[in-house]
Formats: sequence, C-alpha cells, structure tokens
Amino acid sequence: MTAEVSAGRYRYLEERARWRGIEIAFWLATLLPFFLFESYLSLASQVAITALFAVSLDLILGYAGIVSLGHAAFFGLGAYAAGLISKYGWGEPLSGLVLAAACAGLVGYAASFIIARFRHLALIMITLGLSLLLHEAANSASWLTGGADGLQGMRMWPLLGVFTFDLYGVAAYAYSLAVLFLVFLVARRLVHSPFGLSLRGIRENALRMPAIGAPSRAHIRKIYTISAVMAGAAGALLAQTTSTVSLEVLGFQNSADVLVILILGGAGRLYGGVLGAIVYMVARDQFSGVNPQYWYFWIGLLLIAVVLLLPNGVLGGLARWTEALRASARRRGAP
Amino acid sequence: MLGSLFGVVFDGFAYGMLLFVLSVGLSVTLGMMNFVNLAHCAFAMIGGYVVVTLMNGFGWPFFATLPVAFVVAGAVSVVLERTLYRRLYRASDLDQCLLTIGIVFVSIAAAAYLYGTIQQPVQLPAYLRGSVVFQGVNFAVYRLFLIAAALAITLVLVVSLEYTRFGAQVRAAVDNQRMARGLGINVDRAFAITFALGSGLAGLGGALAIEMVGLDPGFAFSYLIYVLIVVSVGGLGSIRGSFGAATLLGISDSAGKYYFPQLGAFLIYLVMIGLLMWRPAGLFGNR
Repeated sequence: MTAEVSAGRYRYLEERARWRGIEIAFWLATLLPFFLFESYLSLASQVAITALFAVSLDLILGYAGIVSLGHAAFFGLGAYAAGLISKYGWGEPLSGLVLAAACAGLVGYAASFIIARFRHLALIMITLGLSLLLHEAANSASWLTGGADGLQGMRMWPLLGVFTFDLYGVAAYAYSLAVLFLVFLVARRLVHSPFGLSLRGIRENALRMPAIGAPSRAHIRKIYTISAVMAGAAGALLAQTTSTVSLEVLGFQNSADVLVILILGGAGRLYGGVLGAIVYMVARDQFSGVNPQYWYFWIGLLLIAVVLLLPNGVLGGLARWTEALRASARRRGAP
Repeated sequence: MLGSLFGVVFDGFAYGMLLFVLSVGLSVTLGMMNFVNLAHCAFAMIGGYVVVTLMNGFGWPFFATLPVAFVVAGAVSVVLERTLYRRLYRASDLDQCLLTIGIVFVSIAAAAYLYGTIQQPVQLPAYLRGSVVFQGVNFAVYRLFLIAAALAITLVLVVSLEYTRFGAQVRAAVDNQRMARGLGINVDRAFAITFALGSGLAGLGGALAIEMVGLDPGFAFSYLIYVLIVVSVGGLGSIRGSFGAATLLGISDSAGKYYFPQLGAFLIYLVMIGLLMWRPAGLFGNR
C-alpha cells in the first residue's frame, strides 16, 4: 500500500522530469550561432552568462519565493574572485571558475542563515543591504579591486590548454554554453526532485511546510547556497571571457536587470530565465544606439505591462494560451 | 573638536529631517496596505522638477512653488494609485516591487528626456542663503529653515493623526486593517487619501532637497535606498519611528562622511542590516 502511494508520487515527478522534444530542439538550436551568426558569438556568450544568472535567481525567487533585490552580490563576488585569481598568477579557466563559484557559495551559505529568518519587507531590505555593502566594499578597497576603474590586468590561459579567448568569441561562447548547460541540468534535476517540490510548498505557505515535516529554513539555506554558487559561476564566466571586471557587476542595476529578465521570461519556470535573457540581451544589442536612459523607459513600460497583463511572464502567457487552445479543441472534438 | 562635533550633529539633523519628510508618507502607506511602493522617490522627484520648472521657467518665488510641488506630486500619485496600484493590493511583494520599479524606470527616463541628465540649478532667495555664526559654530540658514519646516510638518502630522476623526481611522487601519473594515471604516478611501498626502509630502521633500543634495534623474533611485532604510528601521506605520530612524540615519551618515570618509556608505548599510537582524519589524514597529 505505502509502496504504491510513494510510487504514484514519484511517477508524478518522473512525468514532469521527462525530456520533451521541444527542449531537445531548444538546446540543439543554441548551437546555431556557431554556424549562422558568427559575428554575434560574443553577444551569444553574454546571453548564455545572463541566462545562467537568471536561472540561479529563478531557483530562489521562482521556486522558493525568496524575493531578492540584491542577487548581483553573488554574481559580482564570482566575477571579482575569478578576476583576482587570474590576476595573481593562476589563469587556468576551469579551476578558476570552480574556485570563484565556491567563494560565492561560501558567502551565500553565510548569508543564508540571515535570509532564512526573514520575509516581506525586511527580507527585501536585507538582500538589498548586503549587495550595497559589497558594492561599497569593492569600491573602497581599490588597492585590490581597482575601485571604480574596474579590475585590470587579468591574464587568462587558453581553455583546456588549447582554445584561447579571442575577439571572435568562439571559445567564449562554447565555454559559457557548456557551463550553462551543465548548471541547467543540475537545476532541472533539483526542481524535479522531492526537494524541489517542497521548495514550491515553501513558496506557497512557509508556515505549513514545517508542520508536514519539511524544515523550511534548512531548505531555504540549501537552495540559497546553491543559487549563490550558480550566480558566482555566471559572474566568473563574465570575468574570464571578457578579461575585465567592472564595479557595475555588483550594482543595484545589475540586480534589477536580472529580475526584469526573469520576470519577462517567467519566474518559476526553468526556461523562463533563459528565454528572458535571450529576448532582453538581443533587444538591448539591437537598440544599443539608443541612449540607455531611454532604453529603461521601454523596460519600465514592459515591466508594468508584464505585471498587469502577463503575471507569469512570456512563458506563463504561452502556457495559458496553449491550454486555452487545447481546451477549445477538446470542446469542439467532444460532441 | 567640540565645535566640529556640534556642526556635524547639526548638519546630520538637518539631513535627517529631509529624509523624514521624504519617507514618512511611505511609512504610513506601507503600514496600512503592506504595499511595497518603490516609486515613492519618483513622486519626490516630481516635486523637485515642479519647483525647478516654476522657478527657472516662470520666475516664481521659491515659497510659492512649494505648495504646487505638494499638490502636483499628490495628484500624480492619486492617478497612478487609481489606475495601477489598486489592482495589486492583494498581489505578492514581488509583483508590487516590479510594478513600482517599472514606474521608477519610466520616470527616470522621462525626467532625462525632458530636463537632461545634468544637475538642476536653483537660485534660492537671498534670506535663505548664507549662514549665521553662533558660539563659533556655523549654522547654514537653509538648514535651519529645513529643520523648522520639518518640525512643523511633524507637529501637523502628529496632531492630525492623534486628534482628528480621519487620523483615528488611519491609525485603526494601520493597526488592523481587517478589523477596521469590520467596524465600517472605508479603508480604501482612507488609504487613497493617505497615499496622496504621503506622496505630496514626498514631493515637498524633493523640492526641499534640491538645495541640499541636488536634483537629477537618478534621484528616484539614489534616495530610494535611504528612504527604505528609514522606513524599515523605523518600523511600518510609525511616525515616531520614522522620525527617530531618519534622525539616526542623517546624523550617522554625516558623521561617517566627516570622520571616516574612506568607508563611504559602508557604515550605514552595516548599521541597517544589524538593526534589521536585531528587530526585523523595525525599532518602533510592532509587527
């Protein structure tokens, strides 16, 4: 009896975790830039990095319901850690990436003890405050970070000892895409596990979950740390592929941007962040001639429209639309 | 040494009073509806630009522009409240944050389009410029004026909240919104009025701020952080709390800048996180 029930439960998760054709097609399509848009490869690598950052935010915001206005803290930590490691003599990308992500993860783990205790306005303020604190620290410690001028003098060794990061961005895109795909696999596995389910439970009702045996705070600490590692990896990728780190990686604007990207794509959906990153970065590249001030006018309007009209982002809207189509098809087919 | 300490405290207190005028409206409306309104400083910015336009474009005297700043900021906020905010009262924090961040982005871009990204100059009347020296300490006249104005506003706020029927309704709604509704208080109406008054006060604050901190399109974001610190440290819906937190923040900010310039704003953020960890509902909050 018990075995049957639990088998039923796992069947639900297995059903959700099955790879769909459209997903495989999507990941195959990410290889297209190598052949079709060779002059846009460095943009493509920026998109992949941003997508990774958005996926990391999605895990805490979309799944666990932790509203963070300061996720750039971990992105920036990863970027500065990777930059400093390579500046002081160790330019090997892969180990640098792992070290930088681990740095962000350590700080994330420490911060998670604070994060897990708060909700609502205090939580928003604390996430914002922590990122502002790091931003100020990086700004003041200019002997280490270069302050407002950014970190100069990174020397990256070739990837795997063979592929150099050049202006064309072939190695950069391949590297970023590979890391994005691997991290995405981890995120996908997490989301479709019993742990991922209980995270969604915490998002819906943080008080009730402990009552049915899922420790909310421990779960929040875990996912926050994981998310910090992923955001750190994204930051490290940016530092390694561009060989500079600017102070903006820690700025509030960066936190706000990734939030916009995730919301635009659809929070609480694995592909929301990826889709949002593609749309946002490509649009920004197309309109790069426009004064950035005005660019934010449209982003602001878009945000207002998404919140009022498409509460679950583009992907949520698509899902609702296909649902409605299917329902009407069923109705037509039934009688 | 003592003289400089006194000067720092005076400057900090004047700055704190400015922050109080900017943030008190947000504190009360947040306490009432739990609506995370990150666009509060955009309303303050509107007030500032109204003053700049009237003074430089139409040659109005400074004091005549202040009521207009109050009214325009309040009126714009009512329009937005009726059209956009109202739909999200029961939505999540996240949706509220996003909507209001969107409004901030739009307002910054609009201000940059209309006025350019430079700091706006304002020529104050002669009797507000200069400073008086008392016991060897310099008191800038404008700061004295700012303190007097903020104290007057505080007095009006406290009296109207404590001794009027409307004030009693607002306090009831802040303490327990559902119970207040149950007693027949029209909370939505009280909220709309409070929201307009609070945003109007922000507009007034923005107008008063030009002389002290300048005005450019970034104002809506750069002071948002200070306002949020005042509100969250002071506790939601508490005028006393906002006053205390604003004073504390103003004095510690100017002391930090004077005595530890290399630390920048580091100290402020550290104090804020510490205070919030100690009392998540704020110093004077009870929730």
